[in-house]
Amino acid sequence: MFTPEQIEAKLERILLKVERPGRYVGGELNATIKDWDSVTARAAFIFPDIYDIGISNVGLKVLYDQVNQREDALAQRAYAPWLDMETLMRQHGIPLYALESKRPLACFDLIGFTLPYETLYTNALNILDLAGIPIRSADRDESHPIVIAGGHSATNPEPMHAFIDAFVVGEGEEVIHEIIDVIIKWKACAEQRRSVESGNPLSTFHREDVLREFAKLPGVYVPRFYQTTYMEDGTVAATEPVIPEAPRLVKKRIVAKLPPPPIKFIVPNIDVVHNRVSVEIMRGCTRGCRFCQAGMITRPVRERSVQEVVDAADAAVRSTGFEELALMSLSSSDYTYIKDLVDAISKRFEGRKLTVSLPSLRIESVSIELMEKLKQHRSGGFTLAPEAASERMRRIINKFIPDEDIIKTTNEIYSRGWTTIKLYFMIGHPSETLEDVQAIADLCKRVIAEGRKVAGWKVKLNAGVSTFVPKPQTPFQWVSCDTRANILEKQALLKRELFKDRNIKLSWTKPDDTLIEAWLSRGDRRIAEVIYTAWKNGAKFDAWEEGRKFDTWIAAFEEHGLDPAFYTYRQRRTDEVFPWEHITTAVRKNFLFQDFRMSLEGQIRVDCRLNCYACGILPTFANLRRDNPGEGWKCPEVKSPTKKMEMELPLVGD
Amino acid sequence: MRIRITFTKQGALRYIGHLDLHRLWERAMRRAELPLSYSQGFHPQPKISLAAALPLGFSSRAEVMDVRLNEEIAVEDLSARLKDSLPPDIKVVQVRTVDEKLPALQTQTLSAAYDVHLTEPVAGSELKRRVEGLMMSESLIRERRGKSYDLRPLVEMLSVVGMADGSSWLKMTLAAREGATGRPEEVLGALGIEADTARVERTRLIFKE
Repeated sequence: MFTPEQIEAKLERILLKVERPGRYVGGELNATIKDWDSVTARAAFIFPDIYDIGISNVGLKVLYDQVNQREDALAQRAYAPWLDMETLMRQHGIPLYALESKRPLACFDLIGFTLPYETLYTNALNILDLAGIPIRSADRDESHPIVIAGGHSATNPEPMHAFIDAFVVGEGEEVIHEIIDVIIKWKACAEQRRSVESGNPLSTFHREDVLREFAKLPGVYVPRFYQTTYMEDGTVAATEPVIPEAPRLVKKRIVAKLPPPPIKFIVPNIDVVHNRVSVEIMRGCTRGCRFCQAGMITRPVRERSVQEVVDAADAAVRSTGFEELALMSLSSSDYTYIKDLVDAISKRFEGRKLTVSLPSLRIESVSIELMEKLKQHRSGGFTLAPEAASERMRRIINKFIPDEDIIKTTNEIYSRGWTTIKLYFMIGHPSETLEDVQAIADLCKRVIAEGRKVAGWKVKLNAGVSTFVPKPQTPFQWVSCDTRANILEKQALLKRELFKDRNIKLSWTKPDDTLIEAWLSRGDRRIAEVIYTAWKNGAKFDAWEEGRKFDTWIAAFEEHGLDPAFYTYRQRRTDEVFPWEHITTAVRKNFLFQDFRMSLEGQIRVDCRLNCYACGILPTFANLRRDNPGEGWKCPEVKSPTKKMEMELPLVGD
Repeated sequence: MRIRITFTKQGALRYIGHLDLHRLWERAMRRAELPLSYSQGFHPQPKISLAAALPLGFSSRAEVMDVRLNEEIAVEDLSARLKDSLPPDIKVVQVRTVDEKLPALQTQTLSAAYDVHLTEPVAGSELKRRVEGLMMSESLIRERRGKSYDLRPLVEMLSVVGMADGSSWLKMTLAAREGATGRPEEVLGALGIEADTARVERTRLIFKE
């Protein structure tokens, strides 16, 4: 294997031939460089997209800090090289390496991918290939790193089951230490094997044993210890463990209390997509929008205190010099002390030339007051996400915001000096018709017409209309994707209606992109072979215009005798066993099904902070909550949760 | 106050361009909590100016930059605060105060000196012959980005240094005035040396004083 010096020498010959070589050299402030030989376990964390995007990921930053704080382990980083760099690396025989040490990834003991979205799957395969690590889990032996993955798409790990040795479902802050402990045991035994004659009983802890140990860890799913059987119609019959250590149902991990946020963010030396410090103020969401996977799988809501957020933000801004601070959560307006937080932040950073962003604000005038306190000037746009525009559709998706509230809020935004408003919508929601889409166009036109009355002709509107993809572990996991023909017709309607107004800018998602995401999201184990073949034939960077190869995907489906429509355009039977049936985010299938039924009847469920709907989080984590009392966890106190659950209708499929 | 900072740019930072370097310094100043002066207007910019852009891939022992601060701060204090705020491949060599009224740094820059290490051996005598040929010529018309220009007057000094270990080095001083900048890779091109077989380091910037 190449030494760091050899890799550096090879890099020197190619770096000036690629776009933005700063992506590939490391050397950032706050990167942690530990002595390679001073630790037992070495982990490489990988965001499988380019540096410019991956560097800002907070999840990996948390894990990076957790591991580097240990004396016995180190963590380094790698990203996907862009197409130009990949070509040259392959030409010159340079394996993918970690930015900190320039050591090949194959020298590490643990490779950890984050897979926040499904269009990164082919990149993960490509990275393993570039690193010279066998792509299939089954082909790896004692000499290869253990490959793990986490992130939101691990809530349906099956499409990647053949390539990832173990998945972490849920939050990684604690379980990463348990994983590292097993790796250390593995390494110690390997060391012993080398030094002691064979026959030593301690020296029998092999790769397979590591994975068995992993299978015992709550929240860890080791696919090789499960077997899937199928029905005649091609749906899953069951996925069952084949060894006693593997649980029938893998429950996601959560932390009872959010640990202190990272503050020593790595400061990139080149311009990247998000040049900022991000402080997570709250995890989880109580709104229950039915299309939103994040809102379903990150429950329960846990908040950090105002003091903790402000102190962390201050320390992070001081240690990085970043010009922007993002206060992260799925729904900022729902943070209990949001006004206090905004007051404290604006006071602490007064005169320090810092832009503060507060995403996901509710559509109400309070949000404008919050934004006004944070902004020194209103050059940026103001973003709101109504998601749907007809009353019927808003009831179906459980995000109910009356038009009048939207107009009142947007008018106020324009009249207070913002010139641009961004409105996010989604098309392709279940049972959506052209009328519902027409309502989006009408609402946009009304927002800008009303805006002109209060603020004149300078007002602008950006309408971002994406296409809904049904996701696992949500109330819409049963529904079909809208067809390509329907989506094209709906997009044509929006273009026709909105192109006339030069102050309305419309953006949308291409149907091909949506389809790739759709079959990867709800795929089963058989999709793994499709991913492999598509990658082998050149699919990668599926989230990028430059990378995506739709025809390659279709050909890969054909090669394996599978029909993409089975995964995208099929309404699931009510008693269908899902490919992800053995993975639970602690939100029960019955609850999701009940919520799905309510959507068909247009019934809404308001914020569950006020009223528990018994999604399953509380009974699953009752002990954890009891052991960690405090204000942070925002589920309401439920007097008799067991009784409440019994009252629920028995539903199919469970 | 106006301060002049001389710093190195090595290692990974060789691959960081001019605009990124500017931003890197801006952040470093903020981390060091130095009272930067900002321009007026809708998008206030810190008053930081780099003497001469360093091409991507070159290292430097002596980049020079002027910074304006709102408050007076002892120079020793400045150096100490900056030291802990910079990424590993940038080191401050010198910090000194300069007269506020001096013209902009870019307009004061005259020329730049470079050391070039040739990673693929060229016979010393052959190299010397080519260098002499270049220096003897009256003019040297080259083309860059579709425009032809005369490289010869931009080369102020060029010589070959043979090292005891047999490696070859070139030393050169090129004009670095506004609108008249000689580029080391162009000189290498004129000498018939591939740019990717050379490691270039800027060793000094020369100013009007």
